[in-house]
Amino acid sequence: MTLAVKQTPSASAAALAVLTAGHRRKGVIAVAALVGLCLLLMLLSLGAGAFSIAPGRVADILMAKLGFGPTDLLDSREALVVLNIRMPRLLLGALVGAALAISGALMQGLFRNPLADPGLVGVSAGAGLAAAATIVLGDRFFVSAFAMKLPFAVLPFGAFFGGLVSTLALYLIATRQGRTSVATMLLAGVALGALAGSLTGLLAFISDDRQLRDLTFWSLGSLGGASWTKLSVVAPIVLPLLFAVPLLARGLNALMLGEAEAYHLGIPVQRIKALAILLVALAVGASVAAAGVIGFVGIVVPHLIRLSIGPDHRLLLPLSAIGGAALLVGADIIARLVVVPAELPIGIVTAFIGAPFFLWLLLRRGRIAEL
Amino acid sequence: MAILEATELSFSVRGSTLVRGASLALEEGATTIVVGPNGAGKSTLLKLLTGELSPSQGTVRMDGAALPQIPGWELACRRAVMVQKQRLAFPFSVYEVARLGLEGVGRAQSRARKSEIIAQALETAGVIGLAGRQYQTLSGGEQQRVQFARALCQLEAGRSVAQRQILFLDEPIASLDLCHQLSLLDAARSIAAQGAAVLVVLHDLNLAVTYADRLVVMHEGAIVAQGEPSAILDDNLLRGVFRVSLSFSRLPPAGQPFLLPQQHLTPVQPGGVVPLRAASA
Repeated sequence: MTLAVKQTPSASAAALAVLTAGHRRKGVIAVAALVGLCLLLMLLSLGAGAFSIAPGRVADILMAKLGFGPTDLLDSREALVVLNIRMPRLLLGALVGAALAISGALMQGLFRNPLADPGLVGVSAGAGLAAAATIVLGDRFFVSAFAMKLPFAVLPFGAFFGGLVSTLALYLIATRQGRTSVATMLLAGVALGALAGSLTGLLAFISDDRQLRDLTFWSLGSLGGASWTKLSVVAPIVLPLLFAVPLLARGLNALMLGEAEAYHLGIPVQRIKALAILLVALAVGASVAAAGVIGFVGIVVPHLIRLSIGPDHRLLLPLSAIGGAALLVGADIIARLVVVPAELPIGIVTAFIGAPFFLWLLLRRGRIAEL
Repeated sequence: MAILEATELSFSVRGSTLVRGASLALEEGATTIVVGPNGAGKSTLLKLLTGELSPSQGTVRMDGAALPQIPGWELACRRAVMVQKQRLAFPFSVYEVARLGLEGVGRAQSRARKSEIIAQALETAGVIGLAGRQYQTLSGGEQQRVQFARALCQLEAGRSVAQRQILFLDEPIASLDLCHQLSLLDAARSIAAQGAAVLVVLHDLNLAVTYADRLVVMHEGAIVAQGEPSAILDDNLLRGVFRVSLSFSRLPPAGQPFLLPQQHLTPVQPGGVVPLRAASA
């Protein structure tokens, strides 16, 4: 070391080593606990619903499918429900939850504020509007142009575009000279959300009965339409994203100091910001296309993780993905169980959990000026 | 040889010129201190020298290479910057804030080496005892020392890439108590003693005189005097630039200049007419 200080290894240096080791251990425990919770909820989810199947039975079916058990089990009605109905729904829910929580964490990093969330600031509404427009207008266009029904694969791109436009608009409105005003961000988000909502209403007005049912589904959010086909469209968008996100961790950490400081630290600020906006739009677009507008996942999950292991994005981002998956899978179990044999739209469940949480977060911050 | 050379820098934004025709060189091993009244353009000059702002006219060269030509990462290895105010939206610990100094330049370092760098920097800045505390809960002065530690981390990690380095400090002691003011400036000077160039923006003239190898006096965007402190400071300059009358004496035994403000003159409104050239002559 060339820093000119006393070279005696001090007691505080030893304390420092203990401190960092403790922090690392905490991270490992958090990862293990969250992964365990997520797997447990997944197992429960495959068994839960109007047609209840014991977790042991579910495990047997899964083992059989993987080739470790009697294959005749696979012909049972239970196996059909588990593998063809609940499995795609479970995986879709996990992917959507991971995507939403990650985009929440990314937006909070980008805006340097823990209150940013794609659902709250109108990004989901924008994606929802674009999805609605794709359903209503795209359907007409496809029927007249190609004499065919709109393929599902078009929807994520429509929703992605909507998410991208609203994220960019929000960023441009709320950020001046590298500083983001959170009051402006939240208010602009309300305005953008309302605008998107009114346009979605307009689309509902001109749509036919079948489209109207689809639109209702979008606005409340539901995993009810899950299928392997849908999953095969959403997974190729969300999975690469989950792997791309850790690349942003260092940059986002540095950005917490401010844009100028991140630049001084040697971080390619503009590239990080552009990538974060793109990934948020992609994640929100894909999840809105697959499951409609589901709120509050992006704010609840990253916040709880920050509370338990701190704000370092290296851990925050992957743990948000796992936690988001766990939250949505759990919420979906509730959605299927409370009004058996019918089911609630999952957006209702997440809002019921998330809205009080958000209020608590606001009250806890104490001074309004700190917003 | 100068590590950084700025020639005829000017910076205008929306019709007002914040820096005009500033030239200076940062020498290896030297501490340069920039002083001047509020709004004199000190921070803007610092932003031009660090590359945060691009000059409207003039060039900044580091070891012969024009600043915009140096890739961001390499630039980060060559110079570290501590800015004035630093707020954090998230509850980072002191240790984590110091580690942010390594996010860009420390990629190649091993984990053990990183911990060593961070521990050393926290020790130098006198905040190692606060390592586990949340940055947001610290006092302004403590936060400032943590930011100093962060800049030290960056400098130390960058040293394996670039030997000729610069440390920029923008009013680093504004919230510090007397003891920490001196210890921070001592640490900065010892970094210069190891061969780096150090540039500090300060308000306290006595500290500036004590610590500067080279003093730069700014007024209304221009450098009105620069050189060895005791050679350039005189009553006329101080009256013209700072709008105060001072009693100006020398302390035994070394004859170090000592300034005691006596009375303020009418402060000049921005854009007002001041006998600039007369003062610097």
